[in-house]
Amino acid sequence: MSTPTVGVLALQGDVREHFAALDAAGAEARAVRRPEELAAVDGLIIPGGESTTISKLAIAFGLMEPLRERVRAGMPAYGSCAGMIMLADKILDPRSGQETVGGIDMIVRRNAFGRQNESFEAPLAVTGVEGGPVEGVFIRAPWVESTGARVETLAVYDGHPVAVRQDGLLSTSFHPELTGDHRVHALFVEMVRSALG
Amino acid sequence: MSTPSSESSATSVQAPETGTARVKRGMAEQLKGGVIMDVVTPEQAKIAEDAGAVAVMALERVPADIRQDGGVARMSDPDMIEGIIEAVSIPVMAKSRIGHFVEAQILQALGVDYIDESEVLTPADEVNHSDKFGFTTPFVCGATNLGEALRRIAEGAAMIRSKGEAGTGNIVEAVRHMRQIKGEIGKLRALDSHELYAAAKELRAPYELVKEVAALGKLPVVLFSAGGVATPADAALMRQLGAEGVFVGSGIFKSGDPAKRAAAIVKATTFFDDPKIIADASRGLGEAMVGINCDTLPEGERYASRGW
Repeated sequence: MSTPTVGVLALQGDVREHFAALDAAGAEARAVRRPEELAAVDGLIIPGGESTTISKLAIAFGLMEPLRERVRAGMPAYGSCAGMIMLADKILDPRSGQETVGGIDMIVRRNAFGRQNESFEAPLAVTGVEGGPVEGVFIRAPWVESTGARVETLAVYDGHPVAVRQDGLLSTSFHPELTGDHRVHALFVEMVRSALG
Repeated sequence: MSTPSSESSATSVQAPETGTARVKRGMAEQLKGGVIMDVVTPEQAKIAEDAGAVAVMALERVPADIRQDGGVARMSDPDMIEGIIEAVSIPVMAKSRIGHFVEAQILQALGVDYIDESEVLTPADEVNHSDKFGFTTPFVCGATNLGEALRRIAEGAAMIRSKGEAGTGNIVEAVRHMRQIKGEIGKLRALDSHELYAAAKELRAPYELVKEVAALGKLPVVLFSAGGVATPADAALMRQLGAEGVFVGSGIFKSGDPAKRAAAIVKATTFFDDPKIIADASRGLGEAMVGINCDTLPEGERYASRGW
């Protein structure tokens, strides 16, 4: 089995946890902070973090357009939490100047499950992830408000989609990288492998 | 307890569990690589958010003013904290006095995202810190050395910041505390299993935590730096010394051009290992805060010695 090179957008957030998960899932992880680093990866993870911060840094350091170009050209990408927001075509309530990479035809609501006191864990069945539910860790998490026809919903919590896929793009409201369960990352690494052909 | 669920098992809802260690510590993991800024008004909070802060610390006076004003420094006014919560979408932290668990209860009731049990405020208890396991809201606590950090984690802290010396604009104490913590972790790494018991006794910290740190080579929670960051270079220095992010207190809003300086510190924190980017970020920022030489501070005015 090939070992694809998967970047983790390392502007801010829980980068180290995604590195460990990618390593366990059979990919070679690389930090991506610059356009030339982005050009060298087969797929990309946008980590959890603060979506406004990641968006502003991506714009300030000339990464936003290269990210959009690669996603348009079919590079597989996976976003958890803030990463989900970054992969959404639209944010319901963006802060001034907050932009997304886009790619998934959906509208997301930031902090939809509430503030930190409402952050929670719950088991979650995810379509395409075999072997029982994953541990869903939701931290000031977004949910998907609505999706276009090409978007497949993989998991739902309390009536809201919390994991979705559109072709080579995957996103989750929750943080599998914090659990030590690498099945969601394995699913994404498989997506990167099939895109490589 | 069951919620009506639709036909598919994939949509069933189980009772969610809040306030778990993973949710509390995991929240701090999301802040890594970021800058947390002290703000005293909703307007400042918006400037911080626009500059790319990952969170703001809502307080009535920045540490430099607390120093100047003297008197007892307490938790901030609830109206003021709520005004800041309303103003921004990023997480909002607020400070309780050391051992003042009722201030912490109030902060939790107000819905702040993180409580800083802080030596910058006047301690309420000279023996005990708050029992942080009793809260849903996670806590960050200051530490000057590894033993202190582990005692706070043993009480339930989900994030640690090196203390530095707040309100001075002088990085020297932050460097001392970060080097101390990282150095002590390095020493633990070199010990064999027999030696860890004596090390725990020496550190005055629970053996299980000492063993965990020795195995991991890092704290089991996120480690930020605080107390004295005034420039982009200061922030990058603390990152290179091992801090996973920085708190900036007086350094931003006590400077000439807060919005520009805030954005510059954010950039330098992300590209902490790229001197060219830090150089560019450091240009044309206007006046930095004046600062205080820590060796001229009388013992009673050193915040870092509060807490134990």
